[in-house]
Amino acid sequence: MKRCADVVIIGAGVTGAALAYELAKRGIRDVVILERRFPCSGATGRCGGGIRQQFTTPHNIRLAMESVKRYETLSEELGVDIEFIQGGYLILAETEEEREAQRKAVALQNELGLPSRLLSPEEALDVLPLLDASTITGATYCPTDGHANPFRVVEGFLAQARRMGVMVEKFTAVTGLVVERGRIVRVHTSSGKISPGAVVNAAGAWSVEIARMAGVELPNVPVRHEIAITEPVEFFMDVMVISIHNGIYFSQTKEGQIIGGIGFPDEKPGYVISSSLRFLRVYARELTRYVPALGQLAVLRQWAGLYDVTPDAQPVLGPTPGVENFIQANGYSGHGFMIAPAVAKHLADYIEKGIRSEILEKLSIERFKEEIRGEAFVVG
Amino acid sequence: MNRHASSVTRHGTWDDPIVCRCEEVTVSQVVRAIREGYDTLEELKRHLRVGMGPCQGRTCLPLLARILSRETGRPLGEVMEEVSIRPPLVPVPFELWRGR
Ligand SMILES: Cc1cc2nc3c(=O)[nH]c(=O)nc-3n(C[C@H](O)[C@H](O)[C@H](O)COP(=O)(O)OP(=O)(O)OC[C@H]3O[C@@H](n4cnc5c(N)ncnc54)[C@H](O)[C@@H]3O)c2cc1C
Ligand code: FES
Repeated sequence: MKRCADVVIIGAGVTGAALAYELAKRGIRDVVILERRFPCSGATGRCGGGIRQQFTTPHNIRLAMESVKRYETLSEELGVDIEFIQGGYLILAETEEEREAQRKAVALQNELGLPSRLLSPEEALDVLPLLDASTITGATYCPTDGHANPFRVVEGFLAQARRMGVMVEKFTAVTGLVVERGRIVRVHTSSGKISPGAVVNAAGAWSVEIARMAGVELPNVPVRHEIAITEPVEFFMDVMVISIHNGIYFSQTKEGQIIGGIGFPDEKPGYVISSSLRFLRVYARELTRYVPALGQLAVLRQWAGLYDVTPDAQPVLGPTPGVENFIQANGYSGHGFMIAPAVAKHLADYIEKGIRSEILEKLSIERFKEEIRGEAFVVG
Repeated sequence: MNRHASSVTRHGTWDDPIVCRCEEVTVSQVVRAIREGYDTLEELKRHLRVGMGPCQGRTCLPLLARILSRETGRPLGEVMEEVSIRPPLVPVPFELWRGR
């Protein structure tokens, strides 16, 4: 392993991979990614692959819109098929209050230039003919949302980054950070030490542990989130569906499998990622309530991963006060895959030119000193 | 060449047999992936989808482990230990999970 590097990225999930590629593309190629296990072994390789822009805070909406622009041309740029299916997101509502929240959300989204719109139950049926429209009071739809295959995305970023000189050290865990006079001067790993120019904390749900090694406290907590995939069936839905009523989300992969999950508000923070029977029961019940025809479909596998949740469900991005070369790129809560390409641009602007975009300012770790106004729709 | 064509299943040929029937992945695809750096069972699964079909790797994971052990020189036991098993072990329809 190298003794020093301009940029040391901790974590080879989508965040680390996208950033390494973005830096290399701009000519910053003395970059090392340190990964405790292997690329995609964290949340990225466990996620639903959903890419939506229909959020309720301006920053989440902007980051997602910038990312979709990137995802649209990424297959071509990376030379791999990332299986991006731009079939839109259908967001279901079941009560009048949820409907009202959707009206507000769409107004804000439209103001920012997103072509999302409110649908009646009948109009939702046009988007997803197998939906039982009697279950909902309405929906919103944005045709430019979509989903992609996280493995292909990370493989594509890493292959191109490696080609330009980035080193990916797998099975190499960061074990300590040495801070001297407000800078990280050494990164200790399970296979040696590195002197870094900058250090990027892209360790997903483990970012809290990494930050603590440099004496920095993040407000993030790890929360298990379960997911399941079925046998493949003929392609019948290009739209990804979520519900703000119960937090369910599901879509159909390019191979025809239905992948989806549902969150539990009472899930306790922690690092355990075992699979539960409760999840399968509730997910099966809610899924087949919305789309009864899926009842016949067999579940092939279930698994779980960790959300890295912040108090306002928005990421922690950019430099860290007190440790000047320590850059945060974590706290994505339930939506880190979709915004990774945009985050990479903002962070690369900072690393390359010292530019702190408005997004980096607003999503800095410093905001937790102030009052918190959070993202209301924390679903895939 | 005709001799070849007749022994072609869908992807596999007599000198490049299929390892994973569910996902139709052949020995040479596996070996190539290992050489590209996907050198653990978990990485191979994610890269090639081997072991992720309806049989959940029951048929192919032992074969894959053997190829991986041969290619990397690591003991079979070590290679096998790294793979995680994800429930359910047999495909079960949503209706049955949902219950009444
Ligand atoms: C079930 C589920 C469904 C989801 N669905 C969606 C979705 O539909 N759309 C969406 O946008 N997002 C979704 N998410 C969220 C998304 O997966 C994450 O926000 C995103 O993948 C985060 O990527 P990351 O690269 O920041 O972190 P990760 O992918 O978690 O990567 C962090 C990496 O750091 C490594 N690491 C940890 N500690 C150390 C250490 N000490 N030394 C070295 N390396 C270390 C880990 O091994 C890991 O590989 C979902 C998440 C889950 C769990
Ligand atoms: S043979 Fe490989 S998953 Fe069934």
